[in-house]
Amino acid sequence: MRIEKEQDVVPFRNRVKEYAVKIGMSLVNQTKLITAASELVRNMLKYAGGGTVLMEVISQTRDTGIRLTFQDKGPGINDIALAMKDGYSSGKSLGLGLPGTKRLVNEFDIKSIVGEGTTVSILKWKNG
Amino acid sequence: MDRIPILRMGHFLLVTIQIDLYDRLATNLESDLVQMVNKTEAKGVLIDISALSIVDSFMGRILGNIGSMSKIMDAETVVVGMQPAVAITLIELGLELKGVHTALNVERGMELLKEKIGSYDREPEDDEDSTE
Repeated sequence: MRIEKEQDVVPFRNRVKEYAVKIGMSLVNQTKLITAASELVRNMLKYAGGGTVLMEVISQTRDTGIRLTFQDKGPGINDIALAMKDGYSSGKSLGLGLPGTKRLVNEFDIKSIVGEGTTVSILKWKNG
Repeated sequence: MDRIPILRMGHFLLVTIQIDLYDRLATNLESDLVQMVNKTEAKGVLIDISALSIVDSFMGRILGNIGSMSKIMDAETVVVGMQPAVAITLIELGLELKGVHTALNVERGMELLKEKIGSYDREPEDDEDSTE
């Protein structure tokens, strides 16, 4: 799914919710996943002017979950360790985005190449 | 352009957010509210977010801003009706909604507002009593 403008955020969140409801995710986990997704999609819009999101349902023997992969071709992140620190923000925000998002999901993976773009992937288990 | 309606009730302004806000709508609400506080000389702002299924850091910041701005304009802000799942998520995210008061529902929120501006409301009445 492509994200290009701020009006895309709400429909995108609704899509994530549909997926989460379909696999029977609990309300609290749904809310956490959607909030995390919302943070990441905002980052993408703010720093890279948009990008794409891939939604996948992951099934394992013990659990089902949703993986979202956010890919942009923005300026990239210089110092990922610093960006992951609470309270740090290069833009004008609270600086909770990345570290806060990480706390909301089960798996969080970030890769960034300066000048080429950033890929963030999150995974939330149904019962996680 | 879409707008969130702001209702006036005595010294208070009431806002019920019924849909998931996209960013422009939220920033509009912020500036509309501050202007309404100025125009109506409101003493309190009550924001009902019971229909919001998620509050992310952006929305949290808007709520915080409304609280701080109203405070400077001499009005108290109460956010009411937050869903439990939203509260859990907000705290894990690290957002504490500083600067705004919260209440469980609209009724309690109104009580809280009345309490907060109580001294302002009561003084003129007391004067009337003493002259009788």
